[in-house]
Amino acid sequence: MAYDNFTILRSSAVPMPIENVDTDQIIPARFLKATERKGFGDNLFRDWRYNSDNTPKADFVLNNPIYTGKILVAGKNFGSGSSREHAAWAIYDYGFRCVVSSFFADIFKNNSLNIGILPVQISAEFLDKIFKAIEADPKTEIEVNLPEQSITILATGEKESFDINGYKKHNLMNGFDDIDYLQAMKEEIKAFAANSPY
Amino acid sequence: MSTSPKTLFAKVWDAHVVKSIPDGPDVLLIDRHFIHEVTSPVAFLGLETRGLTVLFPEKTFATADHNTPTINQHLPVADPLSANQLKALETNTAKYGISHWGLGNPKNGIVHVVGPENGITLPGMTIVCGDSHTSTHGAFGAIAFGIGTSEVEMVLSSQCIMQPRPKTMRISVNGKLNKGVLPKDVVLYIISQLTAAGATGYFVEFAGEVFEQMSMEGRMTVCNMSIEMGARGGMIAPDATTFNYIKGREKAPKGEAWDKAYAYWQTLHTDAGASFDKEYVFDAADIEPMITFGTNPGMGIGISKKIPVSNETGSGKSSYEKSLNYMGFHEAEPMLGKPVDYVFIGSCTNGRIEDFRAFASIVKGRKKADNVTAWIVPGSHIVEQQIKEEGILDILTEAGFSLRQPGCSACLAMNDDKIPAGKYAVSTSNRNFEGRQGPGARTMLASPLVAAAAAVTGVVTDPRELI
Repeated sequence: MAYDNFTILRSSAVPMPIENVDTDQIIPARFLKATERKGFGDNLFRDWRYNSDNTPKADFVLNNPIYTGKILVAGKNFGSGSSREHAAWAIYDYGFRCVVSSFFADIFKNNSLNIGILPVQISAEFLDKIFKAIEADPKTEIEVNLPEQSITILATGEKESFDINGYKKHNLMNGFDDIDYLQAMKEEIKAFAANSPY
Repeated sequence: MSTSPKTLFAKVWDAHVVKSIPDGPDVLLIDRHFIHEVTSPVAFLGLETRGLTVLFPEKTFATADHNTPTINQHLPVADPLSANQLKALETNTAKYGISHWGLGNPKNGIVHVVGPENGITLPGMTIVCGDSHTSTHGAFGAIAFGIGTSEVEMVLSSQCIMQPRPKTMRISVNGKLNKGVLPKDVVLYIISQLTAAGATGYFVEFAGEVFEQMSMEGRMTVCNMSIEMGARGGMIAPDATTFNYIKGREKAPKGEAWDKAYAYWQTLHTDAGASFDKEYVFDAADIEPMITFGTNPGMGIGISKKIPVSNETGSGKSSYEKSLNYMGFHEAEPMLGKPVDYVFIGSCTNGRIEDFRAFASIVKGRKKADNVTAWIVPGSHIVEQQIKEEGILDILTEAGFSLRQPGCSACLAMNDDKIPAGKYAVSTSNRNFEGRQGPGARTMLASPLVAAAAAVTGVVTDPRELI
């Protein structure tokens, strides 16, 4: 099992109503020098979170103790830019298991699914409702239900469904990953590759 | 056999599908896998943890580029973390029998420069690398895109990747480009029209007269930045320009193999009547030299224009304001005349010989502005050699510039080439994100001509005045 399986997550959420959050913000390149996957959460949103003297920036949401939880809620086009999986690792290592936005960049979405973070894409209207619910009560709980493919603001019961393909859903619910799948079809791959012109 | 018209994308994709999973992704065979020191070590570690090996080591090619110094490459790398990553790449590639052009190797350079220039990149291939600018290789009519480290591990262990089939988009630019307009301007213009997320979920084909007339270097610049509009990749149908570029390169097919490949490559174009999920058509006449004013590549304008007044609302408005605030710019200000502290020419976007030729064409007979620090970084040792052989180095030296050694350098500022906080850089690279070129650095993306004009005048200058 490559990561903990994901079924139903109930949690308060951290709001980040900023659009086009790119992976250089999520984890700046100078923190990509490790040869092992550990400790990336410490540098999640490094330059938004800390001053150059390493003191926390008081106005950044991760430094505000009111906001906690395993769900990150962000503005549209989250995770654009670099393919660095370190961005997803940093989010996971910090303690998030789910990112909610009205739009995700492709590579970030794939990377997240590959390491057990669920990206939940919802309408701009529902995203706005979640931001408002958190603004009204920072401890408000959100339920992300993967088997049902739904997301609910528990205080109001407002609910929306989200898409995920059946294969990835099955993987996440069981903690499987693509490498397991591909290893199981290795002979088929070899036979296919034998006919490749390259 | 179906005779319905197909897109170039569909022809290449379909030829690589090992298996289609119902309500899931396609299992895609990968022909070429490039790796570098930053996104591969954890993948190799994963192989060891799972007890797996590399299925086809001859299909993977390694080069060190992201995290290498661009001066004194003959000395040991000073930063212990960087040195450790370079060592890991060397050890991992040796262990599994993978080709490795490390620091100091005459073939070393930026992965997306060395792949094509050595004939490793060919039409009709599927190509991946743990780097989003892998889209560069699409210039050859390949399906090429960036992947994460888990996927690097997949390709190493199974030569396959699992991908949902993207939608298709065609972007046509017709007509003839204006004076002083380079491929970089074309792609910055397209991104400014589509926005930084306008092609997310799509694979793009660039078509029309402008791309047909464009050199391979130019096509690579355009495809390189496909990811900056959110596209998984961009591709251009191979033609005589492509085949002439490839022929004779070290790893290109030769003799009979060439004839066979050439026959296949001739079929790699979008059939008449094939349909795309989305189409855009632009007129080359509308494009002028471009520059970005904000913190994503979609925030670009013609260099003679003023910074747009935002018509967004809500979080869109506050994100726009945040962006201008970071840059220290205001709505409705002109870009011309803005002060410039640094100029960077290089990267997988504009680190090829044509880019240095363009830069030199403006610098020739002029002097570097005193207030400007310029970093001139070739994309590879082969490009560096060309710069010397063509006399470009003499022109640069005469004008007060010096040449650094190949690498990704200030494009992502992983090494020591960092733009200081608050300083303004005109950069030929691909991303103007906050802190991309160093914490607090302020980046204006532009073509090599705009970079050269800034380097000799010390301010944002229309290169057409200096041509």
